Amino acid sequence: MRKISKSEIVKAVKELYTKATVILPQDVSEALKKAYMQEKGIAKEILWQIIENQEIALEDNIPLCQDTGIPVIFIEWGVEVVYEEGEPLDAIYEGVKSATKEGYLRASVVNDPIFERKNTTDNTPCIVHFELKKGDKVKITVAPKGAGSENMSALKMLRPADGLQGVLNFVLDTVKKANGNPCPPIVVGVGVGGNFEIAALLAKKALLRKVGEPNKNPKYAELERKLLEEINSLGIGPMGVGGGVTALAVHIEYYPCHIASLPVAVNIQCHSARHAEVEL
Amino acid sequence: MMKRKIQTPLTDEVIETLKIGDIVLINGYVYTARDAAHKRLIELIEMDAPLPIPLNGQIIYYVGPTPAPEGKVIGSAGPTTSSRMDPYTPLLLSLGLKGMIGKGKRSKEVKDAIKKYKAVYFLATGGAGAFLSRHIVSVEEIAFSELLAESIKKLLFKDFPAIVAIDCHGGDIFER
Repeated sequence: MRKISKSEIVKAVKELYTKATVILPQDVSEALKKAYMQEKGIAKEILWQIIENQEIALEDNIPLCQDTGIPVIFIEWGVEVVYEEGEPLDAIYEGVKSATKEGYLRASVVNDPIFERKNTTDNTPCIVHFELKKGDKVKITVAPKGAGSENMSALKMLRPADGLQGVLNFVLDTVKKANGNPCPPIVVGVGVGGNFEIAALLAKKALLRKVGEPNKNPKYAELERKLLEEINSLGIGPMGVGGGVTALAVHIEYYPCHIASLPVAVNIQCHSARHAEVEL
Repeated sequence: MMKRKIQTPLTDEVIETLKIGDIVLINGYVYTARDAAHKRLIELIEMDAPLPIPLNGQIIYYVGPTPAPEGKVIGSAGPTTSSRMDPYTPLLLSLGLKGMIGKGKRSKEVKDAIKKYKAVYFLATGGAGAFLSRHIVSVEEIAFSELLAESIKKLLFKDFPAIVAIDCHGGDIFER
């Protein structure tokens, strides 16, 4: 057994949330540079600003985007790790609050979705997913998710008869409807199978993969390649002004499902594909 | 690419020369407003109450910036999705508003109102809030401070880069 303290978790969450809002993962940064080389005209000008933005965010130590998101936090907790200071969730929230205040992040969470809609001022409560794993480590991933792209995401319970074509159509329709709203070039996370909530969770997890890294299953990798090609032939382009790079990548995750189901979720990620992780 | 400087408040003469795809550098004062501030402005208009900002010839920037760290006037300050403001926009245009800065498509009603009242919709690069913040030289909170990031602020722009996305001649960059 190994003990982990509250202060370790608070510190890790605070650092990850702050870091993720200011520095893009290197694979995302490289994919954007590649897109810049491919585009021309206004689309190229937009990508130039997006690339410059990364330098300036780092130089001025301010967030890449004013929408510092609702933090989405994945915790993989090794079963040999003991925590003796109450609810681990409290430590996570404390890290988020501290990052929001000291990192000058925007408070973007309201207390009640329909009636009051009052800003909680510290980005809590946020979204936390716990998973039990073997071993004595705790892995924390913080992925701040902006609403511009999240609002363009969708889920549909297809019929098994809709099959591969049904999945292709739904993903393409979702991207088409989103157009320039989710700040393309986007990363498209697709979750297929499981049930209603697992499809959505898989789509979210698909966004954490290195940009362009294919699914290990060759059939799904081929589907990712085909979808990326079709999405990029839609001509939406950076910020919707027209161009050849609408998406940087399509990532699909799948899971077995009920004999009568074919759930598909599409989670859209803006070009600021922010996430940071650490293993404690 | 050719970039043309324009000054706020906007005049009809300038607006008539703007065409979709033009890159402009905006100078002068603009006002910020997002969903919650729009809702309040419309409520004030419906009550015939005075507005906290002038509309005539002005530009509204759809933005909710991050707080300014020490030594900066503003934090990250890029555009938010404009379509959420679509239900409020035609009324504001009818009262003299001349420009909006945001991201994404607008509704048919907004496009028609842009043509009718001779206005313009600019696209700024979403997710480039750090880059854009360097083109904002002063910030003054004007109204609804309880809305935090969503309060109305008066910003002074210096060469703020934007793309003409919907012009007063019926052009729409998203429909090309």
